[in-house]
Amino acid sequence: MSKKAVRDHIIKVLAAGVRLDGRKIEDYRDVQVRYGVSNTAEGSALVRIGETEVIAGAKLSVETPFPDTPEEGIIMVNAELLPISSSRFEAGPPGIEAIELARVVDRGLRESKALDVRKLCIKKGEKVWAVSVDICTLNDAGNLLDAAGLATIAALQDAVFPAYDGIEINYKEKTGEKLPLSKTPIPITVLKIGSYFIVDPLQEEMLAFDSRLTVTTTAEGNICSLQKGGDAAVKVEDVAKMIDMALEQADMLRGKL
Amino acid sequence: MTYTKRLDGRKQKEIRPIVAKAGVIKNADGSGYFKIGNTVAYAAVYGPRELHPKFLQDPSTGILRCNYNMMPFSGMGNRVKPGQNRRAKEISLVTEKALLPVVDLKEYPNAVVDVFIELPQTDAGSRCAGICAASIALADAGIPMKDLVSAVSVGTVDGTIVVDLDYFEEAYEEGEEGVADIPIAYIPSTQELSLLQMDGVITKDKLVEALEIGKKACEEIIEIQKNALKEKYKISGEDNE
Repeated sequence: MSKKAVRDHIIKVLAAGVRLDGRKIEDYRDVQVRYGVSNTAEGSALVRIGETEVIAGAKLSVETPFPDTPEEGIIMVNAELLPISSSRFEAGPPGIEAIELARVVDRGLRESKALDVRKLCIKKGEKVWAVSVDICTLNDAGNLLDAAGLATIAALQDAVFPAYDGIEINYKEKTGEKLPLSKTPIPITVLKIGSYFIVDPLQEEMLAFDSRLTVTTTAEGNICSLQKGGDAAVKVEDVAKMIDMALEQADMLRGKL
Repeated sequence: MTYTKRLDGRKQKEIRPIVAKAGVIKNADGSGYFKIGNTVAYAAVYGPRELHPKFLQDPSTGILRCNYNMMPFSGMGNRVKPGQNRRAKEISLVTEKALLPVVDLKEYPNAVVDVFIELPQTDAGSRCAGICAASIALADAGIPMKDLVSAVSVGTVDGTIVVDLDYFEEAYEEGEEGVADIPIAYIPSTQELSLLQMDGVITKDKLVEALEIGKKACEEIIEIQKNALKEKYKISGEDNE
């Protein structure tokens, strides 16, 4: 089916007041968070949004800090859109979709200062903790980005430092100490299709929207990252509306943590 | 022989606890989940589907293609860099060979059946767990098969034969006789091995003895794999027997 045919069909269904899967236009699918799904990660979580399923795992290591930030720990977010999760994905290096997803999640985390990177400093200019979050998709039924963002925060909440004696990390021994995580930035993706605005898009909707705005907000209501996608341009009024929707849904998702 | 008591308290021929499920990845044509001890494997089958690039196509049969991958946080120590390293490529190859004897893809010329294996956490035995999950996934996908394949590692730890070595046993350094780690895959109906590798040193007699013990362990495991499939395909209200 062509993109136009799919879009026409989606709009027809939306005009009847429902989504392709039968839920109400404004509804978000059922959300579940499971912590500690990988005992080899220092922190991990599995997030389910409807049939979409994503695992995030955090690994901690001790690294040399970047020369321009000698007193700050390192954050890294990477996404693997695994071929196990959809016939759309192939094995191999991350494509542009995976890169964009990881960078949007990364930005929300960084800009909100959710992690106090100064507290990750062990010895100025020499040793800092590096936090690497890897997002792995298990099943793509749309809205991977929201799932990835929520799974990332959940994995960071779940994480504890491994034992470190100043020379070597003993990954088998976990201390009870949690990461210095003070905020919960949550990305929410809002799509505009025709004159309709929807949250929690299905895979079919992801293939046929006009414009997309991913808004990451904190519990305090601050916006800490934006990413506009899609071929069509958006009006400022649309942006304001999409942000309102994102704020509301982010609160709902935060309640699942 | 000093290794008489296993580090985790198991008996010599005792495998770790297993959880097996079928149909865990909704998008896939078939899928399986296999957890043995702390090693977890997901497998998804996509296909039969058209094989690209076209020059790889075989007009006489479909092709089986396996891809083994550890999630970056699934190792016992440091983060595993994403992307297939040499180890993952080799395991993908031997996994394919382990499954090939039971699948019949003659009906699907020019097609490929892709098997993707992903591990979110590992504690030794990950290729065997991957093969067990893949075998469930292939059956779940309705791929014509002569049998299921089961896999486990056998070996010796300081001269003592054990089944299903865990990470600490693989790395056991005390004692003089060292460790031999032998992952095998077994096809019960023909009593053949379709995966056989070894790390370590062992005598021929011990090897043969270990392989016989491994076959028995696989026969136990295959029942758990079968039950996972029966559980998915049972008619509601019907007992799982």
